[in-house]
Amino acid sequence: MPVIETQDLTIRFGDFTAVDQVSLSIERGEVFGLLGPNGSGKTTIIKALCGLVRIASGSARLLDLDVRQHAAEVRQRIGYMSQRFGLYEDLTVRENIEFYSGVYGLSAERYARRFAEVVALTTITPYLDRRAGQLSGGWKQRLALACAIIHSPEVVFLDEPTAGIDPVARRALWDLVFLLSGQGVTFLVTTHYMDEAERCGRVGYLYNSKLVALGTVDELKRLPAANPPGTARFEITCPNVMEVLAAIRLLPYVHEATIFGQSIHALADVSATAALAAAVNVTPRLIEPSLEDVFVTLTNQIRNAA
Amino acid sequence: MNLFSGTIPMMRKEFLHLRRDQGTVIFALLIPVVQLIIFGFALNMNVRQIPTIVYDQSPSQRSRELIERFRATDTFALLGHVTSDEELYREIRQGHAQVALKIPADYADRVLEGRGATVQLLVDGSDSTVSGAALNVFSSLILLENQRLSNAGKSIVEARPAVLFNPATRSPNFFVPGLVAVLVQIMVILLVALSVVRERERGTLDQLTVTPVQPLGVMVGKMIPYVALGFLEICWVLLIMRVVFAVPINGSLATLLIIAVPFLVASSGIGLLISTKAQSQAEAFQMSFGTMLPSIFLSGYIFPINNMPLQFQYVSKIIPTTYYIDVTRGVILRGASLSELWVNGAVLSLMALVTVALAARQFQRQLS
Repeated sequence: MPVIETQDLTIRFGDFTAVDQVSLSIERGEVFGLLGPNGSGKTTIIKALCGLVRIASGSARLLDLDVRQHAAEVRQRIGYMSQRFGLYEDLTVRENIEFYSGVYGLSAERYARRFAEVVALTTITPYLDRRAGQLSGGWKQRLALACAIIHSPEVVFLDEPTAGIDPVARRALWDLVFLLSGQGVTFLVTTHYMDEAERCGRVGYLYNSKLVALGTVDELKRLPAANPPGTARFEITCPNVMEVLAAIRLLPYVHEATIFGQSIHALADVSATAALAAAVNVTPRLIEPSLEDVFVTLTNQIRNAA
Repeated sequence: MNLFSGTIPMMRKEFLHLRRDQGTVIFALLIPVVQLIIFGFALNMNVRQIPTIVYDQSPSQRSRELIERFRATDTFALLGHVTSDEELYREIRQGHAQVALKIPADYADRVLEGRGATVQLLVDGSDSTVSGAALNVFSSLILLENQRLSNAGKSIVEARPAVLFNPATRSPNFFVPGLVAVLVQIMVILLVALSVVRERERGTLDQLTVTPVQPLGVMVGKMIPYVALGFLEICWVLLIMRVVFAVPINGSLATLLIIAVPFLVASSGIGLLISTKAQSQAEAFQMSFGTMLPSIFLSGYIFPINNMPLQFQYVSKIIPTTYYIDVTRGVILRGASLSELWVNGAVLSLMALVTVALAARQFQRQLS
């Protein structure tokens, strides 16, 4: 039985369709990533699963409960952490955790046990009596996670949890996520970071309110749509990337070209390998598409079709 | 589903905020002191010592007697004499004097002959309170003078006015009981509205929407600490009123405090309603202060409601302060009891229910 299941989930705000027939099925213990540009419907899907927005058509079930009929029970069994964290900055770490424990109605004994557990898990012990506002971004994020899981939720939503956090703290958060998913907690994570998406077991890509790709990272990289027959991806490393990029974008056999650091990733016809080499004056290296390449290709195909 | 889910943790958290933010508490307790000093000492509705000039066109024994009567009152302060109409008008126009007493040349002769003498009082009407008081006192002075001069020495109808409750008609006795209500309403509305909007700005309100807490739980939990603070403020202002201004509480303190509860809840209900409309703390501030003017000027705090045009009287009826001012004045000055003031308590309770219910519904709507 899937823990999160939506079928043709459609949400409208007036004339605008924010989520268009999205079907997802996420199993217990999965770490599922939702990607897509701003406004593509990621946060709206999470809100729908929390019972916060009206569902126009289709269904959304969480832990085998229809979120429309059982919003209160669903909220008791989920945790939610957003980039804004929802912490009270003038309260101490301990008081923040205590407040959320009260919000979820934990008994005194259960609170004592869970407090010890989440504090140990997030290693926030040294800061317990510090005001939340005085913590660094990384520690705020850990405190927010501690608050979000104080009631042992079975599903945790992380809505861009690492926006504006340094790389070390990001890695630490992901370690915690995998630790908890090993214990059977299901995660639905939205992110803009490709390296984070690659950590997810499965990834869904939303574009213009529609789910346009769904699968493991490897499956997505092998998608026929992202790798049209007769084409291949090349990495071109050269000193003057900007000029070369402008030049090869005009070539008829180059379908896409974007800069990746000191090099260019290009989708070009296999038959034109030699021509491309001649045009750029270096030997293009054949590469696997990155997740970003896949999303860029998919996005372009949808734009061109429209 | 428990409609009040989340009340207790919200309330405890809000008390913690208050404890951390001692500025707010000090503000809440200090502002009344400042206001009390201004309203209790500086403002006085009782008109005293109106600058007065005299134009006596023919000084005589009789006219000096009349002037002496003026000098003896607390209402008029004689500045001096003028010797022409021109000078008289100039003094009034320039604001040196607000009242001029003009005694005609034939005053003494007419009094002696019993031919009906006239005395003119010229009053600067630009301040209606002052001119009203001057005319009143003038009329009674002349009445007394008539009595004294009439040979019988006894009039047929004698006026014996008595002012019940606040016999000395002291201004603090009138202002301070009203001030309790005005101050507390503004403070509670503002603090409640700010505390909700602050949570919206910081995103913690969004976080609460994904937890099992219910809108009513959030609102009631938020209200309780501010109702408690308002209650403390009422006690504090009453203490200052009693000790510093020596205003006696003629009725029962319990009645005052019992009806304070629905008054405070209704005020925080208005604060909650504002918080559902205001997008930022600055907006909440403006809207809260928007409620301040009507609650000062239309509640009967300064100006009698019966003197207002009908449509304004209707407005005054939807302001909680109107009802609580009636209670404070009733209890403190008239010694009214709960059985005489229960209607105010009932109206305030109804207002409390309506505002909180409206705010909770609005809040629920914004979530979905």
